[in-house]
Amino acid sequence: MTGPGREDIPIAADDDVVRIRQVVRSYAQRARLSLVDQTKLVTATSELARNTLTYGGGGSAVVEMLGEGRRQGVRASFADSGPGIPDIELALTDGWTSGRGMGLGLSGARRLVDEFTLDTEVGRGTTVTVVKWSR
Amino acid sequence: MSGVERIPILKIGDVLLASIQVDLQDRDVLALQEDLAEKISATGAHGVVLDISAVDIVDSFIGRMFATIAATSRLFDAHTVVVGMRPAVAITLVELGLTLGEVRTALDLEKGLAILAGLAGDRAAR
Repeated sequence: MTGPGREDIPIAADDDVVRIRQVVRSYAQRARLSLVDQTKLVTATSELARNTLTYGGGGSAVVEMLGEGRRQGVRASFADSGPGIPDIELALTDGWTSGRGMGLGLSGARRLVDEFTLDTEVGRGTTVTVVKWSR
Repeated sequence: MSGVERIPILKIGDVLLASIQVDLQDRDVLALQEDLAEKISATGAHGVVLDISAVDIVDSFIGRMFATIAATSRLFDAHTVVVGMRPAVAITLVELGLTLGEVRTALDLEKGLAILAGLAGDRAAR
């Protein structure tokens, strides 16, 4: 395995979403995720990065390599200091949206990964962390 | 910040072809939507083919834009076919829960053009 084990990426504009997709793709390849799993993880992080930009007013992402025994994985975490999510259950429902998306961002991203953590507080911000492991 | 990446739109007979070869930013997709509407209206094309064989991810924003392009082209009596979707993208879209609405899909450009030719035949028969 070569390359950095961790990368911090600011999310302030459209092209940062593309940059995050590229970084996550390269980490997923290094972690030897299958092509389908790479695509799932990159798609999930694209949704989450856009959420951070659109609803959180921008923020930052951290992408990390994980190693656990023989298994390798990628963790990506998206943090903003935006308004937070008042009703988590509602926000995780398919079809619910407060913005320009299709309401699949959070619920869809959760289905595409192995681990999904949502930490949010109204007025403080939101952090979403996802992990995908090699099989 | 880089500028908008303009996706070239080619005209083949009555069909417009846009082949997406770059990692799309949101504003590139919006620009494509506007350019296609302009071009359909100017040429009277009866069909639009979006070639996504080089696209390695389609998220909900990009997917929704395909549906919007299809709905807009319907207002100009044109149909849209998305061709060349990669298997990994298809599997991911289903799990994401995204349906492409009115958008027709075909395995490749040839089959996409055949679908559009069939639809144009229906239109001529009306």
